[in-house]
Amino acid sequence: MTTRPPSAFARSSALSANSPASRLSPAVTPEVLVAIDHVDFFYGATQALNDICLQVEAKRVTAFIGPSGCGKSTLLRCLNRMNDLIEGTRLSRGTIKIHGVDIYQRDVDVIELRKRVGMVFQKSNPFPKSIYENITYGLLLHGRHEKKHLDEIVERSLRGAALWDEVKDRLHTSGLGLSGGQQQRLCIARAIAVEPEVILMDEPCSALDPVATAKVEELIQDLRSRYTIIIVTHNMQQAARCSDRTAFFYLGKLVEYADTRDIFTNPTNPQTEAYVSGRFG
Amino acid sequence: MNPATHLFQAKVSGARRHEKWVFALFRFATYFVLFCGLGVFLNIVAKGSRTVFKAEAPFVNIAFLTQAPESLYLFEWEGQKREMGDREFRAFKAAHPAAAQVPTESYVYSAGGIFPCIVGTVLLVLGSMVIALSLGVSAAIFLIEYADDGPFIRFVRLAILNLAGVPSIVFGLFGFGMFVIFFGWNVSLLAGWFTLAFMVLPVVITASEESLKAVPKGFREGSLALGATKWQTIRKNVLPYALPGILTSSVLGIARVAGETAPIMFTAAYVVRDKLPWEVDHWSDFFFQGVMALPYHIYVVSSKIPQNEYTERVQYGTAFVFLIIVALIATLSIVLRNNLRDRYKW
Repeated sequence: MTTRPPSAFARSSALSANSPASRLSPAVTPEVLVAIDHVDFFYGATQALNDICLQVEAKRVTAFIGPSGCGKSTLLRCLNRMNDLIEGTRLSRGTIKIHGVDIYQRDVDVIELRKRVGMVFQKSNPFPKSIYENITYGLLLHGRHEKKHLDEIVERSLRGAALWDEVKDRLHTSGLGLSGGQQQRLCIARAIAVEPEVILMDEPCSALDPVATAKVEELIQDLRSRYTIIIVTHNMQQAARCSDRTAFFYLGKLVEYADTRDIFTNPTNPQTEAYVSGRFG
Repeated sequence: MNPATHLFQAKVSGARRHEKWVFALFRFATYFVLFCGLGVFLNIVAKGSRTVFKAEAPFVNIAFLTQAPESLYLFEWEGQKREMGDREFRAFKAAHPAAAQVPTESYVYSAGGIFPCIVGTVLLVLGSMVIALSLGVSAAIFLIEYADDGPFIRFVRLAILNLAGVPSIVFGLFGFGMFVIFFGWNVSLLAGWFTLAFMVLPVVITASEESLKAVPKGFREGSLALGATKWQTIRKNVLPYALPGILTSSVLGIARVAGETAPIMFTAAYVVRDKLPWEVDHWSDFFFQGVMALPYHIYVVSSKIPQNEYTERVQYGTAFVFLIIVALIATLSIVLRNNLRDRYKW
């Protein structure tokens, strides 16, 4: 992957000067890519996130778990500012920094941010276009038109999403003709086609059967070497199987954040223990 | 009365009998509507097809569809009843000077054809469709995709809905005051286009809003999450899927409005005009000329000239041709929708 200037999604070039030191340090300690610092978030008058502090490490899989309504999806959608689309939402306190740049500061171009922070949704949403057009959609937006280049990226992305062998003979048929699991992998392929650094996954397997789920989980394992993945899941086994770090949320608060192994075998917080052992939630 | 022979033996009860009567009434109401509709339709088709079609090849009355209206002259010549169109009669008088003295009976517009009216109607429909679609779709995109839902937007929506209830004659007067007099466009195609367009706008906006709303949120989010701007998302990933619905409803709305006489009678329609719309000196004159139009022509020939066997041909013929044109527009909208829908299905 190419190295980009750290604040590529800042509108003004002046910002690229404050390159974070962590970026340059040797990769002995994991690099912090996303730093969430004392974040409060509101839907209208309802507080959804309460004083969240969390650091997501680069090229790792981080899982957000917790019962419904605990704020995990809200936090995920804060990271590429998809919450901006919902009326009456606001981040009232705290900062979210990616590569040291506060993504909620005034001069941030959301478009640039979303190019770097891709997203896979709970309900797979391939566009009603051909498989090929689904993959090239993001590229064409960003002004890449050469056919050969596009062909290359389509193949690379579909291979990356472990879908190439299944669809290579029908690239020009509708993406909606695929099975549920294939559709979700197509959405992942579409997200990686624009080469993001971070991929946010909002319960990507909640609508899939166990076989399709296993394939997506396998894919997450393949992707972790190249991308920073944050996955929201209801399925604790899934978090245990495929993540390196796990954050447990409850009622808008971060209860515990630790290595996945520790969360599931040796949680420090009694609430976490109750949740992961299935006693509530 | 026989004793019940089994558990579910049918019994005659008041509720049963009542039900039968009620359904009979509903059935009658339905058939009555059908009967009236068919009566009007078949009457026009039966009498109109006598004008439009012929028994011998080419089976279609080409003259009626390609000539301008003329006056019809009736007179007796050498013991025979003759009927001639204006031009034919003049040629006849030139050949037989004595014919000038013969007493004649004449009916305006009852000979010749209705070609200028067909052309005028097609032009009115096309122009108003372009204006209504561009204004209406833009407004719908603004209302659905950009505007924050507040009291003002709710008021705008209410105003648009109310616009749909405004009588067509009021639109006609509005067009007359606004475009014909205030803008000084006179009785012209342009004034007619805008008046008709304003009349279909509520239909177009409402249909476009519904079609846009029907596009799943996931398509928008998916596109935005890839780093598309809102406009890119709308143009590439929302509008194409909404288009079949927008076009179908809009074209149907326009087909209905194409039949309105009131909005064009002050703004665009002439009773009679010799020149065809493309016979203009300068291209810009095209927009500022009045045209003949089928609905107005029907109004004129059915109310301003006597009803008899000689005038009936043009009256029913015009109505029939008009029905066919409206049916064609409606068919076009359905074909269009089916083609587009096959391309973008979800």
